[in-house]
Amino acid sequence: MEKRFVYADHSATTPISKPVLNAMLPYLTEGYGNPSSIYSKGREAKKALESAREQVAEALHAKPSEIYFTSCGTESDNWAIKGAAAAGARKGKRHLITTNFEHHAVLHTMQMLEKEGFEVTYLPVDSQGLITAAQVREAIRPDTALVSIMYANNEIGTILPIPEIGAVCREARVPFHTDAVQAVGQVAIDVGVQQIDMLSLSGHKLNAPKGVGVLYLRSGLAIDTFMHGGAQERGRRAGTENLASIMGLAAAITIASFQIEERAARRTAMRDRLIDGILAQIPRCRLNGSREHRLPGSLNISFEGIEGESLLLLLDMKGICASSGSACTSGSLDPSHVLLAIGLPHEIAHGSLRLSLGDENTMEDVEYILEILPPIIERLRSMSPVWEKLMAEQRAQSVG
Amino acid sequence: MLYSEKVLDHFSNPRNVGELSDANGVGEVGNAVCGDIMKMYLKIENGMIQDVKFKTFGCGAAIATSSMATELIKGKSLEDALKLSNQAVITALDGLPPAKIHCSVLAEQAVRAALADYYRRQGIDPEPIVGKLEDDPHHCESCSSCANH
Repeated sequence: MEKRFVYADHSATTPISKPVLNAMLPYLTEGYGNPSSIYSKGREAKKALESAREQVAEALHAKPSEIYFTSCGTESDNWAIKGAAAAGARKGKRHLITTNFEHHAVLHTMQMLEKEGFEVTYLPVDSQGLITAAQVREAIRPDTALVSIMYANNEIGTILPIPEIGAVCREARVPFHTDAVQAVGQVAIDVGVQQIDMLSLSGHKLNAPKGVGVLYLRSGLAIDTFMHGGAQERGRRAGTENLASIMGLAAAITIASFQIEERAARRTAMRDRLIDGILAQIPRCRLNGSREHRLPGSLNISFEGIEGESLLLLLDMKGICASSGSACTSGSLDPSHVLLAIGLPHEIAHGSLRLSLGDENTMEDVEYILEILPPIIERLRSMSPVWEKLMAEQRAQSVG
Repeated sequence: MLYSEKVLDHFSNPRNVGELSDANGVGEVGNAVCGDIMKMYLKIENGMIQDVKFKTFGCGAAIATSSMATELIKGKSLEDALKLSNQAVITALDGLPPAKIHCSVLAEQAVRAALADYYRRQGIDPEPIVGKLEDDPHHCESCSSCANH
């Protein structure tokens, strides 16, 4: 097969789609008005902003007045968690609940609050990368100010039981926030039915640009303001709106939610072919996280005896963009906290590969990955002293 | 992570990969928990490194520094091989990103471990010649995984 370019890292970011770009362009050119201005150019901008808010609300089954535009998913997470923690603290509630495999936007915010005197319960995920609503119920105390649990994990792609957790939190009258950055656009979300009080999402994970996000904040829920300044976003999130990007996000979420089933079916078929093909062709590898409760486009596999960064470099030389949870790619000497949380030993966590598929991927891309990957793994294993030892052990066992 | 052309070249076309069945000095350093292990095979005759091979489990820099270290000592005298420093490996590779300096230290230590094994096989105490080799020469001070294991 000829060399191709295959972008298989949509959990990192996605390309801006053509319809999204078209929705943005007018606001990068003649539609430059500030939505807070009184003259017609400002009013037109304001009208566009409010139509975008309606589109996002519709996609999440929320009210437009519950949608706040932010600068990114990380800001939404920071606002929800710090805002709910501060509001809780005033009522003497200084206990927070999350999981041990959240994105760093949640995890590091929680750690910061711990330093300020909050107590945080980190629910341990199981070997499948899941938690149960019962775990949440048991962890809730009279002084719990917030439960923040991700909708789907960014590294291994597992989907958590959000409606069940939502029901538990609603019953206990504890605010429930979910970081849905990976889930929005891939799975159908209804914040009412699923009893979600706050939800973070990010534009650039669903074919909109970087630098725009949303916090859904259920009406009636009071949390502290995060960005102070002007009266934008009904006085709750200051800063001149990034209108072009907001228009892009609104177009992207509308497109994604209209086509959610077809998109999911297409991605699931590619994902399953990849999982089955890799597991069948390559010995001593494993799928990380539940196969059943999984984002349509995401998979994470660990290969024994190899290290992830060298795998990524060799894939890149063949035109394939992917990511890994190895220490070398995490920017520290420790492998990913997510892979350790599901119980992988360090040496196996170092050899992980995440592939995440998007709209522009095809079955040809999948077949290309399945052709390129096995010889790369074999090549790295042939020069690996760790693999040499594993093979010696295997031979000794089969003789013994 | 920006690698130099030389690092990428030695990573994608590593020199002297493999094992030596008639090696008379073999050393292994590193730790799979931390994500890199280097194993160095030396064939030494008449005080010269006649042949050298390596096997490495690790990142791009780990493979590239192993490869460069073998190039720098192949055909050299034992004295020259003993002088190999991690800085020489870095220089020969046109530099390494700061987070990857430990890979060059590991490559230097792998050569030393193999030389120590050679002296030991000759019935010579390697310590006065090669210096003291740590049990785990991997630079792990910032790596909590080692502290936990």
